[in-house]
Formats: sequence, C-alpha cells, structure tokens
Amino acid sequence: MKKLLAATAAVALMTGAAGAEDIKLGVILGFTGPLESITPSMGAGAELAMKEVSDSGKLLDGSTVTSVRGDSTCVDAAAATAAAERLVTTDKVNAIMGADCSGVTGAILANVAVPNGIVMISASATSPGLTSAEDNGLFFRTAPSDARQGEIIAKVLQDRSISSVAISYTNNDYGKGLADSIQAAVEAAGGSVSISAAHEDGKADYSAEVGALASAGGDALVVAGYVDQGGAGVIRAALDTGAFSTFMLPDGMYGNVLEEKFGSELDGSFGTVPGTDSAGGATFLEMATAAGFDGSSSYAGESYDAAALIMLAMQAAGSSKSADLAAKVMDVANAPGEKIYPGELAKGLELLAAGTDIDYVGASAVELIGPGEASGAYREYEFKDGKITTVGYR
Amino acid sequence: MDLLNALVALLNFVVIPATAYGAQLALGALGVTLIYGILRFSNFAHGDTMALGTGFVILVTWWLQSLGVSLGPLPTAFLALPFGIAATAAVVLLTDRGVYRFYRRQKAAPVILVIVSMGVMFVMNGVTRFVIGVEEIRFADGARFLINANEFKKSTGLAEGLAFKASQAQTIAAAVLVVALLFWFLNKTRTGKSMRAYSDNEDLALLSGINPERVVAVTWIIASGLAVIAGTLYGLDKSFKAFNYFQLLLPVFASAIVGGLGSPLGAIAGGFLIAFSEVGLTYAWKKVATYVLPEALAPDGLAQLLSTDYKFAVSFALLIVVLLFKPTGLFKGKSV
Repeated sequence: MKKLLAATAAVALMTGAAGAEDIKLGVILGFTGPLESITPSMGAGAELAMKEVSDSGKLLDGSTVTSVRGDSTCVDAAAATAAAERLVTTDKVNAIMGADCSGVTGAILANVAVPNGIVMISASATSPGLTSAEDNGLFFRTAPSDARQGEIIAKVLQDRSISSVAISYTNNDYGKGLADSIQAAVEAAGGSVSISAAHEDGKADYSAEVGALASAGGDALVVAGYVDQGGAGVIRAALDTGAFSTFMLPDGMYGNVLEEKFGSELDGSFGTVPGTDSAGGATFLEMATAAGFDGSSSYAGESYDAAALIMLAMQAAGSSKSADLAAKVMDVANAPGEKIYPGELAKGLELLAAGTDIDYVGASAVELIGPGEASGAYREYEFKDGKITTVGYR
Repeated sequence: MDLLNALVALLNFVVIPATAYGAQLALGALGVTLIYGILRFSNFAHGDTMALGTGFVILVTWWLQSLGVSLGPLPTAFLALPFGIAATAAVVLLTDRGVYRFYRRQKAAPVILVIVSMGVMFVMNGVTRFVIGVEEIRFADGARFLINANEFKKSTGLAEGLAFKASQAQTIAAAVLVVALLFWFLNKTRTGKSMRAYSDNEDLALLSGINPERVVAVTWIIASGLAVIAGTLYGLDKSFKAFNYFQLLLPVFASAIVGGLGSPLGAIAGGFLIAFSEVGLTYAWKKVATYVLPEALAPDGLAQLLSTDYKFAVSFALLIVVLLFKPTGLFKGKSV
C-alpha cells in the first residue's frame, strides 16, 4: 500500500512537472464599450500567438494553450472585476492578457490579480499611474506609459532647440495626463511651459482659447488633442490669427486628415506617434492578414506580444504557474539573447528549452523598462510640402 | 512701436472676433425680439431655425458647386441664401399653420406658447440632424483672408500679426445691410407700420382694419430670413454643426433680453455687449499689458479674468445682472 501511494504520488508529480497540460489564458478586453471597434483585432492578435504556440507543440512538453475571453467594458470597473474573478476562480486561467483601458486594468490588478497571484500583461493601458501601482511584480504592459511620451516629446523639442512651448489639451483624462507629463518632462529638461490650458471638443470656434495661448506665448504650440475633434480646430484658429506657426503633435493628433485640412500650412510642424521600423511589425501584418484580421488596428501587435511574452516566460520558468513565470517575463523580453520575431515563437520555445537566452522583439519591438512596461518606440514625423514625412524613430 | 503692437494684438484677438460674433448674435437676437414683440412669446426654436436654414443653404451650396457656379472671391453660400430663406420660411409658415395658430386662436398664455416652441425646437433639431447630419461641415469657399497675419507681419515689421478673415468682413457688412433694411421696412413701409401697430396695441390695430394673419405671416418670414442669414454667416465664419446652433440659443436670448425684448435697437446693442463681454472677460491680457505697461508693472500671470471654459457663464451672469437691476433691458423693452 505504502509503495502504491508513493508511486502514485511520484506519477502525479511527474505529470505536474513535465506532462502536457491544457493551459488557459484569460483575454480580458473591452469587447463592449468605447473600445469595441479595436478590441476584436486585439483579441485576435493574442489568440494568434496562442494558436502558433499550441500548433508548435513545443511549450512545456506539448502543452496546448486555449483562450478564455472576458469583457472588461473599458469603463465599468465593477463589471471588469467580476469578469476577471470568473476567469480566475471558475475557468482557472494561468495568466491574463489584458485589460485594455487603464481604469479597469488598475481595478482588475488590485482586486483580482494581486490577491490571486495571477500575472497580467496589458497591451494598451497607458496611464502613468499604473507605473507605481502595487503589483507584487505581477503586472507588465507592452504599451508605453503616457509619461514616456512626455519624455520623448521633451527630447524632440530639445533637439529642435525649442525651449518654450504653450500646451493646449483636450479636456479629459488622456489630454490632462499627457499635458502634465509633457510639462514635467519639458521643465525637467530645462525648458519652460508658458501655459497649459484645456480645450473642449466639438466647439465651432477656438479663437478665444487661442487668444489666451497666444497671449502666454511660446516658440511652438503642443496640441494634446484629437485630430478629428477640437485639436484641428485649435490649429485652424492659431494659423488664422497668426498666433503660432509651429505645432508639436502628440499621438492623438496623428492622421492623414491633417494633410487634407491644412496642407503646406503645417510645414515645419512635427509630431510623434507610436511606431517602429522593426521588421517584426511587417511580419505581423502579413500574419494577421493571413489569419483574417486587421493587424494595423491599434494595439493588435502589442496584444500578440503580450500573449507571446506570457507563454515564453512559462517555457523559461518551466512551469505554467503565474508565481513562477512572473520572474521570467523581463528576461525573455529584453537583451541579451537571440532576437525572436513574430512567427518565430516555436524557435523561441526551442531555444528556451535548450537553456539559451532569448530577446523577444515581436511585432512592437518590445523592450521592457522600469517596473515592466514598454519603453515605447515612437516615430517622429514632420510636415514637408504638406505631406507627413518620417524623420526617424526614437 | 509697443503701443502699435498692443493695438494690433487687441484688434486681432478681441475687437475683430468680438465684432463679427456680435454681429451674428445681433442678427439672431433681432429675430427673437421681433417674434416676441409681435407674436408675444419667446421662440425657443429660433436656434434650430438657424440650423435648419443653414442646412438648406449648405445643400443648395453643394448643388451650385456641383454645377460649377461660384461667386469668385465671395462664398457660393451667398448665392444659395435666397433659396435657403424661402425653404425655411415655408417650413416656419407651415409650422405656424399647424401648431402656433391653434394656440393663438385659443388666446393661450405666452408661457404655453414658449413650451409649444420648445416642442417645435426638438422636432426641428431632429429634422436638421436627420437631413444634414451631426458632423462638422465647412462650406466656406472663395477668398479666406482680407488681411493675412503673416503677410501683415512682414509688410509692417510689427511683432504682432493682424488677421482679418473675409468671413468676418462679410458678416459685419451683411449685418449692417440687413439691419438698415429692417429698420427702413419697419419705419417706412405700410406693412412695417402695421406690424408695429399690431405690436403696440393688438386690439386697436384690429379695429383699424389690420389683417392679423398677414402681420403674423410677414413676421415669420422676416424672422426666418434673419435666422438663416445669421446662421449662414456664423457657419461661414466658424463651421456648421447642428449642436452648436442649439447652444447658440443662450447667447442669442441673452442679447435680446439684455437689450430689451421687443426692441430691435436693443437686440443689436445686446448682441455686441454679450460678444465683447464674452471675449473680453476670457481673454488673457498679459500680452497687451506687457506692451503697454512699463516693464516693472508687467504681469507675471496671464491676466485672464475667466478661463475660456466659462464663456457661456458670462452670458448667464450678464442676463441675471440685467434682470435684477433693469428687468426691461437696456433699451426699455417689454419686461419678461
């Protein structure tokens, strides 16, 4: 009897440690709500990575990975928490890819992930607040914090010898957060911000707002708004009154409509938008098209990377448990090691199994910094003869 | 030189925008005041009449543009104005037939008519959005500037630029023309005189043989003409968006009431008063002050009394002050 028990226990241990299992990954995104137009591609991106890994049969002795979707709603923290709770306690997911919006991500992290010790990798939460969130080392993101964009913008301004700017931001969390981070970064770099004032979206006329900005002065106007909303109105009014002629345009202001609306009036203005010249982006686009979804949709590539990182970390840790893989995420994401691009997950898994270090590059040129967030690759562009022209990558 | 710079900055950011905006408000307020004086109720649907009329003008403008018709340096919309006014007047007259006439015959209290006009407002609001959409539409064409800011800087050597948009000049010119025509009509023509008589004393006017239905119809036609012109000028100068016209109702009513409801002169004065207060109180005076004042006195802050978010609050505050201290308005209109 004793022998039998010992043998059973040994077999159980063996299967637990090395046998193939069916690993479940939670995909919590706002499939309903304000982001419902981009979340299908994000979910498809994450599931593409899972399929690639399952098909390869190389993860932890041929384990398969299945996705369990949950709806974060993007705005309702209670609903998001309930969805995550269900995934963790009922479906027993090993880790979570998500959530999408910063608010619900913070709620799930504090209420579900940390108490249950579950790793979370978000592909799109960009709030600077999450950098300092209490996460016990369980939270990562493949999207850069907005604070990072502030630093990039400050650097771009510095390189162009623009020392004093006025900031006009759209009156919401995104605009305010971004304006604050730009102001902090510019002032830290020794520049000055003459005014940081909000504008409301959807007004007919922004000459009053521009009047105040012009009165404060500055070498350039930073418009932290939306290209289809008040941001374009502010630029129009500033150009018409001759208040500013140089504009710095953060990510929300990127769009080809600027070429149509302003043409060469914007010559000399410049901006930054998340983007990379890494080969991985193009490969991912092809893979997405083959899989039948739009890979150029916002954060689709980051979602693929988030899911891929979780699975690579499992392989590196030799365990599918969150407690083990959490420590390995930074290792597989960063140098040193062999570079792994989209479509090469099988190769990555093999190398890890052989004990070789890898540096996951993926679709969005992943490089995790600080407490585990993307350093953020930005494309700097400039208006030349009325056209958006890429200057370089940062 | 500094004084000149200050003057140019003041003109560029305060005087010119406020004058154009004031002219648009004055035209809107004239329509409101006319209906109040003659039909004796506050027409809440006026803002949406402006939107509907401008919508018609935009549709005709597009049609004209597709035919290749243009006015050269002037916006094509001016050519479309008569069509817009005719269509809007037809809609408004039909509304009067179908809705207001019933209440007029009942001798309904003004407050009931106000509520009725709110109903009309919601319907027009919906119809406008249904026909032309909720998106922002720019339909201005022709020359954009009389004085371009950058060229002004270059040719004068001043640090400040002066921009005078063609749409602003057109607005001011059109407002002067329309107001002159309206006063001539009210004071010199037989129909105008009968309208004033009807407004002063309805019973006496009826006794002297004035046809009330005719007076009412003419009032609606003139009011819709004013509304369409005001709406089109506003849309040309800024941009057309149905919701913005709905929001315009507040400053328009504030102008009419501040000037004195029922007084055409008051509506004009009220329009400019509201416009200059809105722009002046929310302007950051730092730049002008830095030019004018000696260096030691120049302000560190923005010298801005109110953030630009509070533009509408200025209309409200003025309205309350006037109603408290001079309920009949600056030009002795009817008390509300």
